[in-house]
Amino acid sequence: MSDLHTELKKSIIEQLNLEDMEVSEIENDEHLFGDGLGLDSIDALELIVLLEKDYGIKLTDPNQGKEIFNSINTMADFIEKNRTR
Amino acid sequence: MSRKLYIKNSVVIRDSKIFRNEELLLKTNEGLSLSSFLKAIYKEQNLKYPKFFKMDSLSKLGYLGVEILSKGNIADKQTALVFANSTSSLETDEAYAASMKKFPSPSLFVYTLPNIMLGELSIRHELRSENSFFISESFDPELFIGYTKILFQQEKIENVLCGWVDLHNNDYDVFLCQIALSGGTDFNEEELKKLYLPTHE
Repeated sequence: MSDLHTELKKSIIEQLNLEDMEVSEIENDEHLFGDGLGLDSIDALELIVLLEKDYGIKLTDPNQGKEIFNSINTMADFIEKNRTR
Repeated sequence: MSRKLYIKNSVVIRDSKIFRNEELLLKTNEGLSLSSFLKAIYKEQNLKYPKFFKMDSLSKLGYLGVEILSKGNIADKQTALVFANSTSSLETDEAYAASMKKFPSPSLFVYTLPNIMLGELSIRHELRSENSFFISESFDPELFIGYTKILFQQEKIENVLCGWVDLHNNDYDVFLCQIALSGGTDFNEEELKKLYLPTHE
């Protein structure tokens, strides 16, 4: 697991107040929404803020979100390719 | 037709203590921060509702109060909610305003109305009922009595949950009571004041 994967998991747990959840409990390919981690629409907005705040990525097309926020793997791939910091 | 109403159960959360039906249920260390105090109640009551951690402090107070009042189960899904406070959602409004200087927080924004708490309670207990949130300078028994009586006069409900849930500058004041057609003490101004005031100040 890369540092970025771990960093993302820590940020998600902290930003989304996933109390009592450990980094080791989130699988890299686990769905973040729906049956997986069970995040909701407000969490999706927080993830958009997280991308901008921590990695300088501004999402311009909301439709991208579904693909990017599919899992930790897809988020990490997108960040690696688009980060400005 | 005016029906005789009763206060069936009550809860007070104030000064690091929780009272249910006037009996001390829990007392925590007075030095705890508000968030630690709320978390301590959650743990002590052995609650399992992860959404609790996403709520703002006002909703957490309402959620915890109702869990304790109802012992985790509001059986009557038509139970109406009549709530009030003096500071609306000011605590969260201020936190959201502060976040706007950098990155406005969506999760704070959704709690910038006090009646969101009632939505949280309705979701938690699957209520499909009337709910109202009033802003009043101070705890006003007449407000609760007047509105609750109107609801009962319509003869569509058999239970009302009245709540004063106030929070500002980490200073919290919670008083909840269940109003029904039988049991407990008379639902009047004097009894409400008696239940609200004993541990106040």
